[in-house]
Amino acid sequence: MARSSSYNTQDKHPVPKFLRGWILPALLLLLWWLAVKFNWSTSPLLVPVDKVWDTAVEQFRSGELAIALEASLRRDLIGFVIGVSAGLVFGVAFGLSRLFEWMIGPTFHTLKQISLFAWIPLLSVWFGLGDPAKVAFLSLAAFFPVVLNTFEGIRSVPAELVEAARVLKFNRRQWLFKLILPAASPSILAGIHLALIYAWLATLGAEYLLVSGKGIGNTMIDGRELFLMDLVIFGVIVVGFVGFALNWLAAQIERRLLAWRGRSVAQF
Amino acid sequence: MSQAGTLDIQHLSKSYPVKDGDLAVLEDVTLTITPGEFVSIVGSSGCGKSTLLRLIVGLEEDYQGQVLLDGERIVGTSLRRGIVFQEHRLFPWLTVENNIQLGLLNADLTPGQKRLAVREHIALVGLEGFEKSYPHQLSGGMAQRVAIARALVSKPEILLLDEPFGALDALTRAYLQQELHRIWQAEGITMILVTHDVEEAIYLGDKVVVMEPRPGRIRRIVPVDLAHPRERAAVGFAEVKQQVLREFSGDSASLAEPPLRSDAVEPQEPQQWQFAI
Repeated sequence: MARSSSYNTQDKHPVPKFLRGWILPALLLLLWWLAVKFNWSTSPLLVPVDKVWDTAVEQFRSGELAIALEASLRRDLIGFVIGVSAGLVFGVAFGLSRLFEWMIGPTFHTLKQISLFAWIPLLSVWFGLGDPAKVAFLSLAAFFPVVLNTFEGIRSVPAELVEAARVLKFNRRQWLFKLILPAASPSILAGIHLALIYAWLATLGAEYLLVSGKGIGNTMIDGRELFLMDLVIFGVIVVGFVGFALNWLAAQIERRLLAWRGRSVAQF
Repeated sequence: MSQAGTLDIQHLSKSYPVKDGDLAVLEDVTLTITPGEFVSIVGSSGCGKSTLLRLIVGLEEDYQGQVLLDGERIVGTSLRRGIVFQEHRLFPWLTVENNIQLGLLNADLTPGQKRLAVREHIALVGLEGFEKSYPHQLSGGMAQRVAIARALVSKPEILLLDEPFGALDALTRAYLQQELHRIWQAEGITMILVTHDVEEAIYLGDKVVVMEPRPGRIRRIVPVDLAHPRERAAVGFAEVKQQVLREFSGDSASLAEPPLRSDAVEPQEPQQWQFAI
């Protein structure tokens, strides 16, 4: 007991910090390997670890992974860009104009209550099952968080800074670009960050529900249809890694752009 | 710097609409401030001294009477009148030099002249070496100095100070009072300081305007005929302080009077006069 408390005080854990997150995955992998080795289950759903590895190598070598990932990421990127751009324009207008808020606000707040997946039947009727429908779907997924966070950011610019801008005689353009948008930027970036995550989730959802063409989601569907559990598990791992990488990237960019906030709570 | 900038306040009254009727904040305030003068305004919370300052800077409108600068009625804000608030109100996403440059966004200067002016004002407030720092990296006193530089960089005729040192510790406050005095002498502009601190008012002011609350009125104007730099421990200083304090102690009962409309008046803080030191 005395030993463990001395570990805690100086953060001198026996496991280095960067390895700690890998402990649980490693244990699960070990459990999986043991389950296969000692035949804990005879279900064909339990595939050996090395078979998944072989599939992974095969997917890399044949270029199938590259084709599927490229298709998914391109869709993700196009939808993300469309959704975020539209969301920014809409959110800024929404935040700046009371008239816009009164006219469009109630409709917008109603629409945002609709589950994203409920749009799929409508979108598939309008755009078919191909790429346009998928891109439209994940633009929608990216759109809502950007609008809401941009609106919120603009409405919560501190009144003290608005007064300071009045004393400094800002014109309308300076007021927007030197005060409102920078002050709202933490919130706007949080919205874009969310949009990035939602768009990737929606990419998978779109590939799964609008089945056609290529994509990492289609790879997983193929695996399920053909009862290739190794392919399904491989797909899950790839999706997880891509999501993790996108999130990490967004966090880095955000940290850089918002370095002015420092460690303390932002104040005016 | 030309010595323009005579501020003429005549029969100024200001009231805010409240639930039933109007609440008078200022009543019949008349005050003339000559160019280059340093005027301190003291009074308890709710005496309208901050409102007076906000009217002069142009952040508040709809008043009765006249507020004239060189004979012209003040409408809206202007780069001819700078203000420093109790909070520094710097833009947290801009460095010190970029914050100061905000004061010159709409000035009729070349980029080179602007850079020079910013550099001069960083030197004026003694912040060389902190040009690239962000507000969160500064102490309260340093941030307030940046705010002073930002207000002065556009060369205003009048600098208004709304309890600028109220949130600082005693040592920093005393130091910044000296600094402000030095800046006032260097720039030769009019300064109007609103404060809770009687000693600060006397240390800096050519005259001390004592205000009384509900509605805000001028109670008395006490001239301070002491040579600079002023010695807080000197006999003359203590005499002026006695005069100012007498204005408050005379009928402190009236200061404690309950507000006429309890829903309309901000909750009163306990009296915060700083007699010590």
